[in-house]
Amino acid sequence: MRRNGPVAIAFHTLIVVFMLAPIVVVCLVAFTPEGYLSLPSSGFSLRWFRAIGRYPEFVGAFWTSIWLGALSSALALLLAVPAALAIARYRFRGREALAALFLSPLMIPHVVLGVAFLRFFTQIGLGGRFAGLLLAHLVIVFPFALRLTLASAAGMDRAMEQAAISLGASDWAVLRRITLPLIAPGIVSGWALAFIQSFDEVTMTVFVAAPGIETLPVRMFLYIQDNIDPLVTSVSASVIAVTVVALICLDRLYGLDRLLVGERQREP
Amino acid sequence: MRSGKVSRPSLGGARVAWLLSLPALAIFVAVVIVPLAMTALLSFHDWGQYKGIEPVLILKNWREVLTDPYFREMFVRTFRIALLVTLITALLGAPEAYILNRMRSPWRGIFLLVILGPLLISVVARTLGWALLFGGSSGVVNRALMGLGLIKGPLPFMFTETGVVVALSHVLLPFLVLAVWAALQRVDVQVENAATSLGAGHLTVLRRIVLPQAMPGVLSGAIIVFALAASAFATPAIIGGRRLKVAATLAYDEFLNTLNWPLGAAVAVLLLLALVAVILGCNALIERRYAEAFR
Repeated sequence: MRRNGPVAIAFHTLIVVFMLAPIVVVCLVAFTPEGYLSLPSSGFSLRWFRAIGRYPEFVGAFWTSIWLGALSSALALLLAVPAALAIARYRFRGREALAALFLSPLMIPHVVLGVAFLRFFTQIGLGGRFAGLLLAHLVIVFPFALRLTLASAAGMDRAMEQAAISLGASDWAVLRRITLPLIAPGIVSGWALAFIQSFDEVTMTVFVAAPGIETLPVRMFLYIQDNIDPLVTSVSASVIAVTVVALICLDRLYGLDRLLVGERQREP
Repeated sequence: MRSGKVSRPSLGGARVAWLLSLPALAIFVAVVIVPLAMTALLSFHDWGQYKGIEPVLILKNWREVLTDPYFREMFVRTFRIALLVTLITALLGAPEAYILNRMRSPWRGIFLLVILGPLLISVVARTLGWALLFGGSSGVVNRALMGLGLIKGPLPFMFTETGVVVALSHVLLPFLVLAVWAALQRVDVQVENAATSLGAGHLTVLRRIVLPQAMPGVLSGAIIVFALAASAFATPAIIGGRRLKVAATLAYDEFLNTLNWPLGAAVAVLLLLALVAVILGCNALIERRYAEAFR
């Protein structure tokens, strides 16, 4: 394979700087010892990280986000695994339409979903309730859960199941002892990717969230709308740190390109 | 395809498949299709400051959204921003994906993580980063540009379309890199080597071999970026401020500040329809073009 020339390396360096600059600057400003927005010039300080503890709305929003992400992703997987098995294994009329419907939250702008959920939940009395938020997040993380389980269900070796059946295993035993363990990597990565999507979502959530059940990104967004101070940078830096750790784990566990691009078709 | 074979005679084919997907289907009908239909209906309702939402069927909101110059300007701005962001991400992202693809083992993985990783980092945090970088006339970006001698005086970035375009390009660049990267994975490196061994220069190889094979990735990435840029919310809201409205921030205002839900619903539904039209149109064009090229 040929190597990248100096022009390519220079271009690449600029892109990397472009991608990292805003993230790095947030993390740097978060360590400022001053009482205003500034790059730390006279040493690093943790005062703005300690300050987060004094703002219960950020701490509360953080836990709302964690619970919401964990629960909505788990529920999404619970529904996505059987759906993925159906789509991966059976040819039936409406299969394509079903898959398109399940992936549609990726195509519909989140602002439109936000508007629709707000109207719907208000009408059925779920407005401002955690249950509404949970349903909304379940739907928007569902495509990610489905895609990864689908990839592992389509890629798994059916011979193992057939061997188990021929040895007299029941349907339930095959599912529990063969199928689910084989697609487990897809399920775990699907849950993790779904969790990250839920944890980051702001556009749709800002419509559905209400005081008391605001997620962290929504709380940060509303805070920034009023004013930008070092506090919100330290909150952002913490969010970035959590995401980066999750990202590295996912990369090790599953491979980031495989996670985002989807399972590559194996050559026949 | 392997999945075509139904290998378990004990299971009843289509009926089992529908049973397995039924729970998810029920949720999707109840929480996606019904709310979207309700929103479309809502856009025809009337609204008044004191009477609230009146469930009648009138075209008032649609007439206002389609004819009022304020809305036209806002939609033109939304799509102008989306188009610029699409162009910028294509020009930056396609070469970057190619460069990444040619890297050697440890670097390839590391830089793929660096470029694609931000995709999973909160949009609010990343946009905050741009707000800090722009930060008035003494912002880092302006000082850097002036230091490089590219500009004489400071450029306004905050509360301008320029700033929104720069920040959105950053937010959406990974999607384009991802799409081109996926396309390049299917390319056989030997074709490039063959062209070189037959005497093709570097630029000829790029233009005649690499670009045509990467193009489907660039186009599908561009469609994704365009759709996401046109419906972006947090970035235009933070960088653009309250004055520089785009479709998503306007819908938000109508719903949560003015409380004119029917009008907000009309804006959202129109955005959805416009995007669907653009995406279907582009897909049709691309398919026609590539059907000809590869048949």
